[in-house]
Amino acid sequence: MNAGTDRLSQLAISASGFVFDPRSGATFTVNDTGRTIIEGLRDGNGLDDIVASLDDAFACDRADLKRDTLEYVRQLRDQGLLPTDFELV
Amino acid sequence: MLPFTGTVAVTGLNATDNPGPGLAVVRALRADPRFQGRIIGLAYDAMDPGLYTPNVLDGAMLIPYPSAGREALLARLAWCQQRFGLDVLIPTLDSELPALCDQEPLLESMGIRTFLPTRAQYDMRSKARLDELTAHGVPVPKAVPISDPSTLYTIHEELGGFPLVVKGVFYGATIAWNVSEAIAGFHKQAAEWGLPVIVQEHVSGEELNVCVVGDGDGGIVGAVPMKKLMLTKSGKGWAGVTIDDPGLMEMAANTIAALKWRGPCELEVMRDDRGGFHLMEINPRFPAWCDLSAGAGHNLPMAYVDLAMDRTPHLPDYRVGTAFVRVSINQIVDVAAFEGLSTVGETASLTSDDLPEGGDMPSPTTIRPLH
Repeated sequence: MNAGTDRLSQLAISASGFVFDPRSGATFTVNDTGRTIIEGLRDGNGLDDIVASLDDAFACDRADLKRDTLEYVRQLRDQGLLPTDFELV
Repeated sequence: MLPFTGTVAVTGLNATDNPGPGLAVVRALRADPRFQGRIIGLAYDAMDPGLYTPNVLDGAMLIPYPSAGREALLARLAWCQQRFGLDVLIPTLDSELPALCDQEPLLESMGIRTFLPTRAQYDMRSKARLDELTAHGVPVPKAVPISDPSTLYTIHEELGGFPLVVKGVFYGATIAWNVSEAIAGFHKQAAEWGLPVIVQEHVSGEELNVCVVGDGDGGIVGAVPMKKLMLTKSGKGWAGVTIDDPGLMEMAANTIAALKWRGPCELEVMRDDRGGFHLMEINPRFPAWCDLSAGAGHNLPMAYVDLAMDRTPHLPDYRVGTAFVRVSINQIVDVAAFEGLSTVGETASLTSDDLPEGGDMPSPTTIRPLH
């Protein structure tokens, strides 16, 4: 596990993408792309590994995947699910 | 674990849009397989909706309003004891506690057991004194009880500026963004609940709640934390879910330890944007969502019965992610169901399946004569 991904590890994620945060009680949904990124972060994978997983599943341009993944990580930071100083490298 | 086969009396059956906790307590008890006893509803009004919920009460009795005083309440409880044979009493309204705190020996001599806070504990958690807990390391927003509205012209300087929260001494709160709104809030709360009015520092964030039963020695017997998912216009929780937040539970433990709280209570806590916790209020009884504890496998009303009966509570860990969603329903009853409470103030059973034939709303021809 990456340092700082404790909150992500606590999330309950169903196969349909329904997510429950047991600490805040919040629920939300993620699509397949988001779920792949969250699961990659929870497994402690770095940016290149996560982008490779996305490429395997969705076959997109790698530069786009990298940019979108970093944007998604920023959103997770904004939501308090990753520490404010978390950087995916 | 031995089953409980005694009789429990529960108050607070006013299950309205701002519900009393009684029906939730009753439902929690009924949900426990160890509970094989009877439940008597104690109500203030023959139309309290909880009296007519099917299959939860074995009988009911009207009791005098708290304003009638302790003697009137105890006399009525003595009569209730004679009629129904009570073993345990669970008061669920704040206003009932002053008459019952410190009366445990007397109630026990009547054969009625309770597990309630002392009067000193009850007073200590009042809105006017809550911030004394800061001396015990529990963060509480600064609050000042006032009786003179002219104080409001300067009090914001003492409380970190506007907005401020203007609170009634028992219920109700208004957020004030300037002196004019603070004065209006003062008169609104004073007219409804009397003096003093509490002026409190405003804390923004996420509201969380914990239902707790304290052992009276500073320890927690059981606790279930909840996040509200849906609110009514008056800020009451209409849906909620059990959560797992170690920081919240640590605050609950510190609060109960500081008060040496005995019996049930609800902690209202604000988690600010930086993750800090602030204790906003302590309600000295079960909350109206306490049946969530039974649904989550950590039945706190049943623990109360066990403690009152000097038994060891059976409280497995609660399940995180158990939710409740409240509902408003129309309960269909024969008008004859109102008879006992309306005439002699008691009834042996309100919940028999005595719908008129056909199961529809009773028509004048199907309503049985009352006498």
